[in-house]
Amino acid sequence: MRTDLYTHPDYYNVDDLLTDEQKLVREAARAWVKKEVSPIIDEHYEKATFPKHLIKGLGEIGAFGPYIPEQYGGPGLDQISYGLIMQELERCDSGLRSTASVQSSLVMYPIWKYGSEEQRMKYLPKLATGEFMGCFGLTEPDHGSNPGGMITNFKDAGDHVILNGAKMWISNAPFADIAVVWAKNEEGRIHGLIVERGMEGFTTPETHGKLSLRASATGELVFDNVKVPKENILPGRSGLGAPLSCLDSARFGIAWGALGAAMDCYDQALRYSKERVQFGVPIGAFQLTQKKLAEMITEITKAQLLLLRLGQLRDAGKATSAQISMAKRNSCEIALNIAREARQIHGGMGITSEYSIMRHMANLESVVTYEGTHDIHLLITGMDVTGFSAFTREMPELK
Amino acid sequence: MKILVGISKSPDTTSKIAFTDGNSKFDENGVQYIVNPYDEWYALVRALELKETIGGTVTIITVGAAADEAVIRKALAIGADEAVRVDADPKDAYYTAAQIADYAKSNGFDLILTGKETIQYNGSQVGGMIAEALDMPFVSLATKLDVDGTTLKLEKEYLGGIQSVEVTLPAVVSCAKGMAEQRIPNMRGIMAARTKPLTVIPAVQVEDLTSFTGYTTPPAKSSVKLIDPNNMDELVALLHNEAKVI
Repeated sequence: MRTDLYTHPDYYNVDDLLTDEQKLVREAARAWVKKEVSPIIDEHYEKATFPKHLIKGLGEIGAFGPYIPEQYGGPGLDQISYGLIMQELERCDSGLRSTASVQSSLVMYPIWKYGSEEQRMKYLPKLATGEFMGCFGLTEPDHGSNPGGMITNFKDAGDHVILNGAKMWISNAPFADIAVVWAKNEEGRIHGLIVERGMEGFTTPETHGKLSLRASATGELVFDNVKVPKENILPGRSGLGAPLSCLDSARFGIAWGALGAAMDCYDQALRYSKERVQFGVPIGAFQLTQKKLAEMITEITKAQLLLLRLGQLRDAGKATSAQISMAKRNSCEIALNIAREARQIHGGMGITSEYSIMRHMANLESVVTYEGTHDIHLLITGMDVTGFSAFTREMPELK
Repeated sequence: MKILVGISKSPDTTSKIAFTDGNSKFDENGVQYIVNPYDEWYALVRALELKETIGGTVTIITVGAAADEAVIRKALAIGADEAVRVDADPKDAYYTAAQIADYAKSNGFDLILTGKETIQYNGSQVGGMIAEALDMPFVSLATKLDVDGTTLKLEKEYLGGIQSVEVTLPAVVSCAKGMAEQRIPNMRGIMAARTKPLTVIPAVQVEDLTSFTGYTTPPAKSSVKLIDPNNMDELVALLHNEAKVI
């Protein structure tokens, strides 16, 4: 990859609405990414390996649980800072951001929100530094968009429970020290359990053959009569709402992150359009190139303002799940469109690893799918504005 | 060891450079500021390294308005212990140097470091003026700095070679590339910077010595001319008649 020249577009001076600390957090994350990640990300992407040596640095820039309070080892930042860190990470690679947002929102968040004080003290400080890495088990082979139908379950066995089942498409699974797993009790109620690596019957086979998020490790979680101590059950909340609230936090980070990928594509396309000369003029002087760039920066600017407002709402505790859902869907959709247009501007060069665009494009196919597909998010907004749920249908009668 | 580091702001290198007031004043509208890289990467980081190896404190000083506290917080996040802001809009190098010297005089520092220059004005004057005001030795453009008791051992590059210099503390040094390696503020540093002391002091009266009458921007780059490698005569003619370099 070329020298990383990234600067973020800010057509509406949105930076003026950020605090000095928010800008410093972003600057530190960007400087770290440019120094440590940009030079090596392509190699890891091509070889489909997770750059594990970056974990410590991710902890140092506050990428693990940015909003976790200082008493639990977190930096105690606001939600906009969380978003900005995710944006800087995904600006470089969605896989890098995935690792950080899983750790933050799907592992630390539920332990912080629903864990006992002992669980918080035991896990959160180590998760904040990256000494412990975590993953989140909700999706199952037969239950993706419909997690409530999960079959992973646990049965009471005195001082512990016996956990059985399997989870699929789990980021960080192959190297995670702990997994926050969602499973049904004997009454069919969903609870969160902290499963530790080394517990007998717990395995995490890696998923191979991914053509997207190749620099991020994905795997399965398999539970074969795993004895989980009862003190590892999250006591604070049960029911499907508990994991869904974690997804709210993660989707918030994804919404900021995917926009980062879009901003990186735009930044490169704009630079390339001024440098690349065809028919005697820079291609940026052609109307069709300008149309692409103008539409890109318009969508990016709209999304920046939407996310800033969403961040304010979330900091005030007022952001609804549906509002977060809209932002996640919008960022992913515009990022994919912008990546494709940026690739067009780059012509043949756009398909090489000299530019990050094609990698972003392939990564974004996962990002638009996980944590609620584009279609599911459309239905969430649809339900929110109409009051009618379109998620379920009666099986049509076969003629 | 008590170390004072001068921290200045500079426009981010991607900022559009424009002027107002009849081309006599830099137009700050829409400009994002960073810590002047020579101050941050070399002077501040070397000061922190000295503190870490031989102990002491690192105080940073900025002559600027309240809006400049963003660059001050960054320097604190990188590791400085405390900050001083002289509440003023610095007019020229003499004004800045006079403010820093006045603060340093009443607070007794062993070592005062500045970057070799700011990246917007490239004046390279503040360090020398501070030294003069405080009657201290001054070494400019140092690329290596070590402390041995009360002796400061320095190196500076010149004409491809290295000059070794020794001065006795207290001293003023302007720091150039090579002195240290950039440090990225980590989250612990950013958190700690929230509560580090930042003292605002009034400016002292300084004689007005300069007035800036105008700026002109560099001429726009012309397009590149490609010449056939076999056509040396044309190349030589263009270099002689048009570029006027031979």
